Amino acid sequence: MECVFGLVGKGFALVVADTSAVNSILVHKSNEDKIMVLDSHKLLGASGESGDRAQFTEFVQKNVALYQFRNGIPLTTSATANFTRGELAKALRKSPYSVNILLAGYDEETGPSLYYIDYIATCHKIEKGAFGYGSYFSLAMMDRHYHSGMSVEEAVDLVDKCILEIRTRLVVAPPNFVIKIVDKDGAREYAWRESIKDAGVVAAA
Amino acid sequence: MSIFEYNGSAIVAMVGKNCFAIASDRRLGVQLQTIATDFPKIYKIHDKLYIGLAGLLTDAQTLYQRLVYNHKLYQLREERDMKPETFAHLVSHILYEKRVRPAITVSNNMFLGDLIRKENTQIHRVCGFGPYFCQPVIAGIGDDDKPFICTMDSIGALYVLSLIFPYAFLVC
Repeated sequence: MECVFGLVGKGFALVVADTSAVNSILVHKSNEDKIMVLDSHKLLGASGESGDRAQFTEFVQKNVALYQFRNGIPLTTSATANFTRGELAKALRKSPYSVNILLAGYDEETGPSLYYIDYIATCHKIEKGAFGYGSYFSLAMMDRHYHSGMSVEEAVDLVDKCILEIRTRLVVAPPNFVIKIVDKDGAREYAWRESIKDAGVVAAA
Repeated sequence: MSIFEYNGSAIVAMVGKNCFAIASDRRLGVQLQTIATDFPKIYKIHDKLYIGLAGLLTDAQTLYQRLVYNHKLYQLREERDMKPETFAHLVSHILYEKRVRPAITVSNNMFLGDLIRKENTQIHRVCGFGPYFCQPVIAGIGDDDKPFICTMDSIGALYVLSLIFPYAFLVC
């Protein structure tokens, strides 16, 4: 039910995630942000058990910040990916985190990169990837339309195609998605794709 | 589907005259879904020693990192590269180390372990680490340009093959 996917373009990397927080048949909220901004130039899109997701992504974020405080320079994306994989691998045979991660980052020297990190700590650098039931549709769409060196417009167009496919074909498709981008100017939210807006809180009479 | 077939891998090695060849597929899969097609399973230890790790890829990555760590320390201490036979025995030892490690703990967690309930008191749990779900194929060239290949199962049972059969293969 949770859909996270991402791709690398020319000088940037995009991560897209659905924004529903669900417990069995109940939708708690439809604007839950599942893509954490680790530091100025890194994004961590996570899907899986919500408690593990929140806990583990915060843990990674704080350790990334700690490294910067201690050493005065930020971690590279590949070092962050290896750290994340190491933590997941350590926990795997004790009490594993059920979190699947897409880590996107931009480094001065190596440019944009995207890492696929499984919940059992398989780590691989990829150009396009996806998790969840939505992956069946988004990966197929990306296999067809993706090419390396896409511009932001082309990439967002492809993302919209994937979201449309998920909405059309997945039986319990999440209504809303958030798109975040990381490039030389930093990691930031790019857009939301909402089809259901959470009602505002009604003031007590 | 067994845990060894979760990611999927195929590795072949063969010896020739003063040479060896080792090959692997490049698929990274999660059961039937293909994630990437650029993930080779052969890792270089040093110029004349390669190890192919088939099986669960997270364990292959962990095991490779451990082996590189061990080899780098060996290089610092001995000031030379490890011989293939030595390396094979190292891998066998590391795999058998994790064969089963029972430990009785008190916890509420239930994973990779059996639950032993004592009446009305605490829950005792026997947990084992369990082996690395990896089967290696090791190929290297020793002194005098003599090629060496061997393979082992996931708990380190060593099969040295270059003397008897000139090839080894592992598909899982």
